[in-house]
Amino acid sequence: MKNDGRAVYDAKARHMAEQMMLAEQRHIAQRIEDECDCKEGMFPQRGLSSRRGFLFAAGSAAGALGAMRLAHAEAAKAPPGAVHFDVPDDPTKEQGRPVAADGGYGSRSQFETEVRVRFPTANENTSWSFTPLDKGLGNITPSGLHFERHHGGIPTIDPARHTMLIHGMVNKPTTFSMTDIKRLPSVTRKHFIECSGNGLTEWNKPTLKTVQGTHGLLSTSEWTGVQFATFAREVGLKEGAAWVLAEGSDAAVMTRSIPLEKMLKDALIVYGQNGEAIRPEQGYPLRLLLPGYEGNTHIKWLRRLEVSDKPFMTREETSKYTDLLGNGKARMFSLDMDAKSVITFPSGDMKLPGPGFYNIQGLAWTGRGRIQSVDVSMDGGKTWYPARIDSAPEPMCTVRFSFPWLWDGKAAVLQSRCIDETGYVQPTLKQLIAIRGDNGPFGSIYHLNAIQSWAVSETGDVSNVHA
Amino acid sequence: MSTHKKSLALAIGALLFSTAAGAQSIIDHYGFGKPATDQEMAKYFAIPPSGKGLPPGSGTAKAGATVFAENCAACHGDKLEGNPAKGIGGDKLLGGRGTLASKAPVKTVESYWPYATTLFDYIKRAMPFSAPGSLTDDQVYSVVAYILSEGKVIKPTEVMNAQTLPKVAMPNRDGFIPDSRPELELYK
Repeated sequence: MKNDGRAVYDAKARHMAEQMMLAEQRHIAQRIEDECDCKEGMFPQRGLSSRRGFLFAAGSAAGALGAMRLAHAEAAKAPPGAVHFDVPDDPTKEQGRPVAADGGYGSRSQFETEVRVRFPTANENTSWSFTPLDKGLGNITPSGLHFERHHGGIPTIDPARHTMLIHGMVNKPTTFSMTDIKRLPSVTRKHFIECSGNGLTEWNKPTLKTVQGTHGLLSTSEWTGVQFATFAREVGLKEGAAWVLAEGSDAAVMTRSIPLEKMLKDALIVYGQNGEAIRPEQGYPLRLLLPGYEGNTHIKWLRRLEVSDKPFMTREETSKYTDLLGNGKARMFSLDMDAKSVITFPSGDMKLPGPGFYNIQGLAWTGRGRIQSVDVSMDGGKTWYPARIDSAPEPMCTVRFSFPWLWDGKAAVLQSRCIDETGYVQPTLKQLIAIRGDNGPFGSIYHLNAIQSWAVSETGDVSNVHA
Repeated sequence: MSTHKKSLALAIGALLFSTAAGAQSIIDHYGFGKPATDQEMAKYFAIPPSGKGLPPGSGTAKAGATVFAENCAACHGDKLEGNPAKGIGGDKLLGGRGTLASKAPVKTVESYWPYATTLFDYIKRAMPFSAPGSLTDDQVYSVVAYILSEGKVIKPTEVMNAQTLPKVAMPNRDGFIPDSRPELELYK
């Protein structure tokens, strides 16, 4: 796609985008890939081959030996979240590890290497990290791979000392301890959280290579907690109450104003994620969960809810999470996440070994209810075919979809588009830009829910394109 | 509280002793939690555009220049121009008026922020980055006055306090519109 007439990157934005591209490159290079033949070629092998290349390039026997030792030392280091064990020649000929030798809490296999990647903002305390969607299986994001967005680092909070105050336009201002909260009836629901900045680098030109970079600020968990409605009855809402300020106890003391209507509809005060306490990065011990709302509103480390008649116009909801349009006006309280889908396999930086069968896979989600259907196209949106929905659609939750594709070896452009239960159809990037303009290096930054295109070349290389 | 406990006890009693077939009682008040004291609630703040909850105290740009130099300039620059250096990444605070509808919009306190109360709230809440919430209310009023004065939003001599701050007319006060999604243009 041509860039004429479009905004060009200013120095700061170019620097940011370049840093992210470099970080992504480093991440790709570091990946220790699955050597299983069944996957050979289908996933990026660059990290491995470059290491092999280094081995051969070392030339002399001594050099090769040194390089081998290096490679061994590297392999001995288990990836994050794993513990290294020597691999026996035949696991049926010796006893395995004793039961509970892990201290009672298991870790993932040392052969599983996917990790979150941080966007290289200048400051590491106010930054974000992406979920490796290309490696995701099923619908739930492992808690340790849930995307992160922090504005003042990750606080360490003792649940025994943590409380949540509800006050403002209520009859009985009340402080709840974690014990109080856990005594209340709870619900358990699966919901996605998506940062409204997901894909911000992709407005004006295809920038990042992988789906982790383009769509990785999306994660899905099973959440457990108490409905806000339960708390509302405990404290009693006063006439005229219309908004609720939520406040976190991190160094940013993050605040957002939420419409009371939303709070009473489906807001949850959650302490559980995927069957255990929510992770520190996700707000331990308590966070707000607003199904289908932009991620920033799901206040982590939740310590306070103040009921009010008007929004507070906090820094996040005025200067940051607002959408500047082409005419210079900015949308405020753009809270719903619109319907969106993406193909995660094959996706950017993968390589297809040759013509044949590929099970296209992806994720679709909407902040306005359930996903109704998903279509895929292999010719850049000229022809659409219905995809299979591989998981049961639930409100404000991702679904996994797939499509059996027999690749003929010719160049192709893969796309997916979803339709949610309201009948909303995921738009093209062109449609969104026509409405919102393309001012600034990152366009209107937030709420990019356009159809994603992956080009497959005749050699099987998959790349991020605007088509 | 005691009435809550009573209603809970009654509800449980109803569940245990009700003999009517299918009779159920839904507990709608549990009475958990402690009544919040005024002292406890006074620890918190969130300042809306009305200025409700602004603390006593005041500040001027002159005093704010010193506060800024000592607490803010390292990250936001001597001229409030920001500092993108690794490990810092402080936002640019000034400039950008008239750029919002251009190809290169610059969003700063001066050009974009709709309410001066937000600036007070945010600085008191989360700044300076290395010691969040450590400034006194007078220091916050002062540094707010300094930033607004440097941005030519207020006069250098204006005093910022609980009465004057909510009245500050930010340049982009009318620059915001409600969310208009789902966009009508997508339904044709």
